[in-house]
Amino acid sequence: MPTKLLKWSWLAASAALLLAATAQAQITSYDERDRLNTDSHIGKYTGHATNAKEDYRRYCVGCHGELGDGNGEVAQWLDPKPRDFTLGIFKCRSTPTGTLPTDEDLFNTIARGLDRSNMPVWNTFTKQQRADLVAWVKHFSPRFQKEKPGTPIEIPAEPEVTPERVKAGQDVFARVQCWKCHGVEGMANGPSASTLTDDLSRPILPYNFTDGSRPKCGSTDQDIYRIFMTGLDGTPMPSFSDNIKPEEAWDLVFYLRTLQPHNTFNLKERQIAKQLGLKPVNPNAPAQ
Amino acid sequence: MTSPRRHFAGWLLCALFIAGALPQANALPAFARKYGLRCSACHEAWPMLNYFGQKFKDNGYQLMNDHDAPIWQNPAYWPVTFRMTPYWHRESTDKVAVDSVTGDATSAAREAQVTSHGFDLSGLDFHTGGTLDKNISFYLLPSSDPTGTFHFETVMARLDNLFGSSWLNVKLGKFELDNLVSEKRILTLTPISGVYQTYHFLPPGDANIYGQIGDNQLGIEYMGHSANDRTRVSAALLSTSDGNVNLASGTNTYTGFFAASQAFDTGKLGVQRLGFYAMVGEAPITFLTSGGVPVNGTGTGNKGFSREGFVGLFYLKKLDFLVVTQHGSDSAWFGQGFGNATNPFNGTPGGGNGGGLNCIPGTCVLPAAARAPSWNGFLLETHYVYSPQIVFIQRSEWQRVSQQAMTTNASSLGNTDMYTFGMRWYPIMTSRAGFAWHNEYSWLRTVGGSPVTGTDLTSSSLMSGFDFDF
Ligand code: HEC
Ligand code: HEC
Repeated sequence: MPTKLLKWSWLAASAALLLAATAQAQITSYDERDRLNTDSHIGKYTGHATNAKEDYRRYCVGCHGELGDGNGEVAQWLDPKPRDFTLGIFKCRSTPTGTLPTDEDLFNTIARGLDRSNMPVWNTFTKQQRADLVAWVKHFSPRFQKEKPGTPIEIPAEPEVTPERVKAGQDVFARVQCWKCHGVEGMANGPSASTLTDDLSRPILPYNFTDGSRPKCGSTDQDIYRIFMTGLDGTPMPSFSDNIKPEEAWDLVFYLRTLQPHNTFNLKERQIAKQLGLKPVNPNAPAQ
Repeated sequence: MTSPRRHFAGWLLCALFIAGALPQANALPAFARKYGLRCSACHEAWPMLNYFGQKFKDNGYQLMNDHDAPIWQNPAYWPVTFRMTPYWHRESTDKVAVDSVTGDATSAAREAQVTSHGFDLSGLDFHTGGTLDKNISFYLLPSSDPTGTFHFETVMARLDNLFGSSWLNVKLGKFELDNLVSEKRILTLTPISGVYQTYHFLPPGDANIYGQIGDNQLGIEYMGHSANDRTRVSAALLSTSDGNVNLASGTNTYTGFFAASQAFDTGKLGVQRLGFYAMVGEAPITFLTSGGVPVNGTGTGNKGFSREGFVGLFYLKKLDFLVVTQHGSDSAWFGQGFGNATNPFNGTPGGGNGGGLNCIPGTCVLPAAARAPSWNGFLLETHYVYSPQIVFIQRSEWQRVSQQAMTTNASSLGNTDMYTFGMRWYPIMTSRAGFAWHNEYSWLRTVGGSPVTGTDLTSSSLMSGFDFDF
């Protein structure tokens, strides 16, 4: 009798499990379904949204939510909040402000993660998995069906770092008033810093150049150039492409390097700053 | 007779539907809470890690997002996870030695099948881990047996990313060896399958308890990895003590453990990994005695042992395969039951729980038939991950003695075959807690292992339990 009882309970258990499993496998229906055929193209990789469905559920859904709206179950405890993919607005782009990022931008962002946020570095995936995830991220927003991504801004070849360029960069920093938010020493303590909110009215701090953290959208000289020439959409960090000429932009990159603590990118700039005895900009100086 | 049976089945169905209606969630509580990640992000099925979880661990339990230091956490955050499993089980062994006349100790021994079943408890694991500061991590795991007697299973602090390089990490303490297929994160839980046979096997007569790569060991470890963890290397220097504290083995000897692996991208299938490991160590066989009892710290006459093999982690859509091979070899002296004479804990061979034999100068000689025992082991574990919430598991392990400790032994003596099948269902998936309904059946055969007739010994184990942590 105990063996029979066992047999029965096992049968019952397996049947119940199967039912429960199929019930859990269904996703709530929503109009995003029509966009499941979204693709992405990154070099030789073509990503298909549907192929990323399982990876998304395993790795991303707790933050970004079943519907991609950034309302995963842990979102309430996170700051900054997970991105709402349905808006189609992204911080890290090679494209002008207000436009959609390229597939490659999203592809790079996923592997880089977003520093000082809970968005992890997803460099464990294969490139194909990442390409599929890009397509999946895109499929949440109708924007990607209606609009083409912007044309990536052109970044001229990087010139040699010279003391003149570092000084010129500082002048740009003063002129376009980066310091208003970032502070004269880059410590995220400018006069406007404490008042800033993002497009969803959530408080946001400027980047602190001095605390050794990495910029969210990349750490190389090209990345820094791109950051202030395209802006971080959805945040108060604007695009300066209308106020800063390309050659000036490089000067500014070099100056920003002097604000950072020692890292792999700023050896020369820091030496130059030391030789020049560079002082922080004076916010009260008359505009040049 | 049918009614209680129906009742039970009905009750189970109800319970399952209620459980099925719970919200979705995944769980590795202490870390999951800290980072807002679901269990499934780091675990293929908890407690087994996936690649992302392995990278997290290799980074010193850090996401590397400049918010890893505890200063970023709410002061109320306390990185603790409890884990325990109440369960029902049935254990059966076909040949146990019993008196042929019950109650008469002088009667000849005979073999009897013994089966026991009932409700039971696992031990309690008390995990705490995380960072003390950016790039200084720790893990502390007091762990009890089912009666509540505690020991320190893991105690380690680790300096991570020294000089800003992921290739330079050093940890000190008692820790799991870097063997990729982790016995501490095993998905199978019966007395037979709760450890990897391949990580503990010894041929008949062998008393060397020090080569068990499944046990946490005391020592210092260097570990390095590429930023995306595709390439990993490690080297550890361990006390030859099988992780026992107080220098209980009294051996003053050391063991090295080395591991390296490389992962390869295979497109949609994901990342496949191949690696190897090697353990090389020595332990003494002769101890001075006091009143005839071996004295700690006086060991001489070191003899060697080694374990080496390959590890593979392969993924094929919802299926994945863990493969471990092992070639083991011990000095002929260990094969005769010498070694760990002072160890009060782990010894099983020859002398029961009292440890191995002491080789007393003048009287101790190797029999002419003695050989250095060696063997080969193979482990294949398969998971069918239906979803992060349901995983089916099978594991097969085969151990084959290639050279017996005595030429007089039958060549297959001590060979073992182990098979286990299980299913874990995780009805909830949050970043707060974990719950799994665990069901499993395991079977083990040891050639010539029965206590009286020396015929094959078979045992089996069936369990169903609630594995939970929070
Ligand atoms: C632990 C929470 C968490 C998980 C898990 C997570 N993200 Fe994020 N993600 C975030 C947060 C928070 C942000 C916003 C960070 C910010 O604004 O600085 C974000 C932002 C993003 C962005 C927007 C980047 C931009 O340029 O604006 C993308 C794309 C993204 N995540 C993709 C993913 C993908 C793909 C996964 C799964 C593989 C994933 N995320 C998993 C928290 C998470
Ligand atoms: C109106 C305020 C404001 C001004 C003016 C401003 N920034 Fe920012 N900046 C921000 C904020 C806010 C962020 C943080 C955005 C985030 O974390 O998502 C930021 C971030 C950055 C970052 C880091 C981006 C990343 O990827 O993490 C850089 C670099 C930067 N700013 C450079 C500049 C430069 C150079 C200027 C002047 C040309 C400038 N900013 C002017 C508000 C401002």
